[in-house]
Amino acid sequence: MKKDIILCGVGGQGILSIATVIGEAAMANGLHIKQAEVHGMSQRGGDVQSNLRISDGPINSDLIPEGKADLIISMEPMEALRYLPFLGKDGWVISSSVPFINIPNYPDPEKLVQCIDSLPHSVLIDIDTIAKENKIPRSANMVLLGASLDTLGIEYEKIKEAVTKIFGSKGEEVVAANIMAMELGRAKANIK
Amino acid sequence: MGKVKKKLFLGDQAIAQGAIDAGISGVYAYPGTPSTEITEYIQDSQNARSKGSARSSEAAENSGAEGGKIFCRWCTNEKTAMEAALGSSFAGKRALVCMKHVGLNVCADAFVNSAVTGVNGGLVVLVADDPSMHSSQNEQDSRFYGKFALIPTLEPSTQQEAYDMMRYAFDFSERLGEPVLIRLVTRLAHSRSVVELSDRRGQNPLHYPKNPMDFVLLPAIAKRRYATLCDLQATICEEAEHSGFNRMPDPVDMAQAGENRHWEKGVIACGIAFNYLSEAYPEGFPFPVLKLSQYPVPVHAVRRLAELSDEITVIEDGQPFVEEQLRGILPIKTRIKGRLSGELPRTGELNPDNVRVALGLKPAEIYDKCELVVGRPPALCQGCGHRDVYAALNEVLKEYPNAKVFGDIGCYTLGALPPYRAISSCVDMGASVTMAKGAADAGQFPSVAVIGDSTFTHSGITGLLDAVNSKSNIVIIISDNLTTAMTGGQDSAGTGRLESICKGIGVEQEHVRVVVPLPKNMPEITGIIRDEINYKGVSVIIPRRECIQTAKRKAKNK
Repeated sequence: MKKDIILCGVGGQGILSIATVIGEAAMANGLHIKQAEVHGMSQRGGDVQSNLRISDGPINSDLIPEGKADLIISMEPMEALRYLPFLGKDGWVISSSVPFINIPNYPDPEKLVQCIDSLPHSVLIDIDTIAKENKIPRSANMVLLGASLDTLGIEYEKIKEAVTKIFGSKGEEVVAANIMAMELGRAKANIK
Repeated sequence: MGKVKKKLFLGDQAIAQGAIDAGISGVYAYPGTPSTEITEYIQDSQNARSKGSARSSEAAENSGAEGGKIFCRWCTNEKTAMEAALGSSFAGKRALVCMKHVGLNVCADAFVNSAVTGVNGGLVVLVADDPSMHSSQNEQDSRFYGKFALIPTLEPSTQQEAYDMMRYAFDFSERLGEPVLIRLVTRLAHSRSVVELSDRRGQNPLHYPKNPMDFVLLPAIAKRRYATLCDLQATICEEAEHSGFNRMPDPVDMAQAGENRHWEKGVIACGIAFNYLSEAYPEGFPFPVLKLSQYPVPVHAVRRLAELSDEITVIEDGQPFVEEQLRGILPIKTRIKGRLSGELPRTGELNPDNVRVALGLKPAEIYDKCELVVGRPPALCQGCGHRDVYAALNEVLKEYPNAKVFGDIGCYTLGALPPYRAISSCVDMGASVTMAKGAADAGQFPSVAVIGDSTFTHSGITGLLDAVNSKSNIVIIISDNLTTAMTGGQDSAGTGRLESICKGIGVEQEHVRVVVPLPKNMPEITGIIRDEINYKGVSVIIPRRECIQTAKRKAKNK
């Protein structure tokens, strides 16, 4: 088992929480992990990404080579496409469909959608609306994680345990909201 | 034997836990990406002495029950950190000092001379380099500093090695009586992996150097000490030759190589480069490899490698430190490839892809870049006080087409980008004040400096004294957000005392002006800036409003 995952978005969107959950679940499964993050200047509204590698064997590079990512999980559609050269030919793109527009030259969102839809394996999901409609607005990133669950190669139960462990200190309500968010995302993505 | 403890650690956290377990008594540092998380980890650990940060309570600070705890309060700059660490070592304790690469320039005087004095308690200088300048002004390679100061240098390739190296480095430092330099790069500092922990050992008792005069670097003593340092080089080199961190894994086709045992290619992979090399050859290396993680460059090991191969490719993150030295070590017939010869890019960090290309492997088949994607540069946060400062400054400076604004290091450096395009320079910590002064000396008017509160106390105060002494006609804006914001909101050394510091240095009381940078105060702010430009002397304007990231965090934790 080996999964190379690029998590991406805009600084402040909460991609590191997704990484923490997957990392915790992988560790509980006895898998090897490497996870490279971006700290510092780009966290101020710039593009951010994290390279998460999990495997049942030892992992060498902290960075994912080009063309090797099994999965791009993105909080933002243009950011998903930024890492296209890293995506393997059979890889999945699971992305929020909601553009985060903080630059004057943001491309036509319609075209971004077309581009992502044209990939062999992709899911675009309006995580913000799902989170808001279900009154869990702070769990949008967990909706996205849910959408990626069936491509991760880690048992759902293990992911749930990780969420319970990580968010446990914030109370049962937060844990329940995050688990609900994941299940909504998983159902919406409907990956068989 | 108990169960082996395993933790998922950033490289920085592995270093921090390694230092705790090696029995340090203090960590001394100024925040700087990618080194900040080392000190933060120690501050947040149970072993922390009063951290003096927003997170510590007065009660804990006053409890007095701090014996055996680790000192971990932020220092004003890297020089004060380095000197305090040396003082702790003088008193027999183990001390860790950490910084980003450019911080080593700030403390270079103390750093280089600490090799001449030598150390008593173990002293480890941890420097996190930033190849590709993710969050820095240059990509200088700290290994040169280790060589320059004539001290051992370590460069971990994994989080586990980073952890293990701490114990070794403190032991070696005490055995040798010299500081040890450890060099990290961003990709290790900010990458997580599982680390197995060893037992923790206690701290050193207070004890003094055998020969305390060693620390008095009068010429007569310094000459003796420098000669001793030079004599130690043989030991330091020998240690690198036999270091467990330097390895030569057997090539996979060893059996086929037969009697000849000769390959066309050989590779030296330094620190994290070894991971990228391993990534390219998951089944093992088809040629001899020297994994290098301890310096000085082990000459005999390199020559053994050269005997096995016709050419040597050097893969190293940062500058061509090893590649350059090989020319003096190897015979002319050995071809040497690397960053200087062009096989690897001269600038920017290594990655699995450029390493593949350098080794002559086929690049992977990949999707083309998507043409729709545009850059998304970082920006000042919405609602940030620096925004109001730049808006006001730009408004006033419209009236002065020749105005120049000298910037500094911090979030407010982003004022260089649209929509503000407000600053003309960003060089090093504190340079805004002194560059504005120098430009004013040269006839520049108006000459304005913009500096943050933490940067001002780090390195702006001495420059302000120069400006006051020469009655320079400058306006210094200390944009005070009450924290070290860029690195994540660490304590700022002068919080609550900026006005008294400026007045104490000699800025006239009526020209130390404080405002609250908010859009509704725009007329007041622009009025003050106008007044102070018209004043022929040193003015300090302090727009003060809490960093909105800090404010948000506080609200969330309530």
